[in-house]
Amino acid sequence: MPATTAKSAYWSGVRDGLPFLLVVTPFAVLFGVVAMDAGLTLGQTMGFSVTVFAGAAQFAALQLMVDNAGIALVLLAALAVNLRMAMYSAALVPWLGAAPLWQRAVVAYVNVDQTYAVSMVRFDERTDWGVAQRVAFFLGVATPITPMWVAMTAVGALVGSRIPPEWALDFALPITFIGMFAPMLKTLAHVVAAAVSVAVALALLGLPSGLGLLIAAGAAMVAGATVETIMERRAA
Amino acid sequence: MTYSVGQIWFIILALALGTYLIRLSFLGLVGRRPMPPAVLRLLRYTPVAVLPGMVAPLVLWPAATGGQIDPPRLLAALVTLAFGFKTRNLLAALGTGAATLYAALWLTGQL
Repeated sequence: MPATTAKSAYWSGVRDGLPFLLVVTPFAVLFGVVAMDAGLTLGQTMGFSVTVFAGAAQFAALQLMVDNAGIALVLLAALAVNLRMAMYSAALVPWLGAAPLWQRAVVAYVNVDQTYAVSMVRFDERTDWGVAQRVAFFLGVATPITPMWVAMTAVGALVGSRIPPEWALDFALPITFIGMFAPMLKTLAHVVAAAVSVAVALALLGLPSGLGLLIAAGAAMVAGATVETIMERRAA
Repeated sequence: MTYSVGQIWFIILALALGTYLIRLSFLGLVGRRPMPPAVLRLLRYTPVAVLPGMVAPLVLWPAATGGQIDPPRLLAALVTLAFGFKTRNLLAALGTGAATLYAALWLTGQL
């Protein structure tokens, strides 16, 4: 395989990131619409997309804020949605751990589902790449995604108020969440975790907003991990 | 929403900081120390542990219909789930779910 410069690795990352615009664009527009609809200002809506930069967690926080949940519960539930990124962070260490701290700090800001998933596949293939090429590739994937997330949030925020209620945009949020987790139901353990999450959340609906969900999430994580352990023992 | 402006900004910035620290965690602070397998195993299930529980009440008792079960919304949710599960494709799932919702709303005279 020919030697790759950091520059060409960056551009191949940009190419691999482009298809994700199809997912990011409608999502970001939707966030802008829903956030303004929930009563946030344009500045607050943009603040979310620029500083948090995490679709599912932004939607989750918004949903709880509409319910006027306690601030601690809003933060805990939304951060729980993002906990998977700690797993990404750990998985990237063997590939990017040798990069300078400032580069790792930049990578962390754009360490999201898409950049992580694409990069892990490519790092596995390109064993000839050094850490400089890997960092360049990772940032390349993020290059189309990041500005588009911010820009399309603004578009959604600015056009959203003109959308009539008959369009049932209230249901865009649940459909989006379902569309996000349904493809993740890859194993019995994932299905059990999702089922426990639903059952416990519904059973604890009487608790203060957000609290039942946290308990449900904890129970579901333990259920998923337990099923995984049992299945592994059976396979062994 | 009944939060003050300051509270809303606090939520946004605390969420931003927390999210960034989660993303940086092992890459930046812990360095090369490997994560305990039991923790990794739990973390694998966070998205499927949080999102379904959040969605379930919204699907069963939507605020838009005053908390009454709404067949078009319920059907759209089930179709989205089935398509997302079968195709493993977010956009396909969202497209089919939205099409189902609008078709059902139209058939029941709500659109």
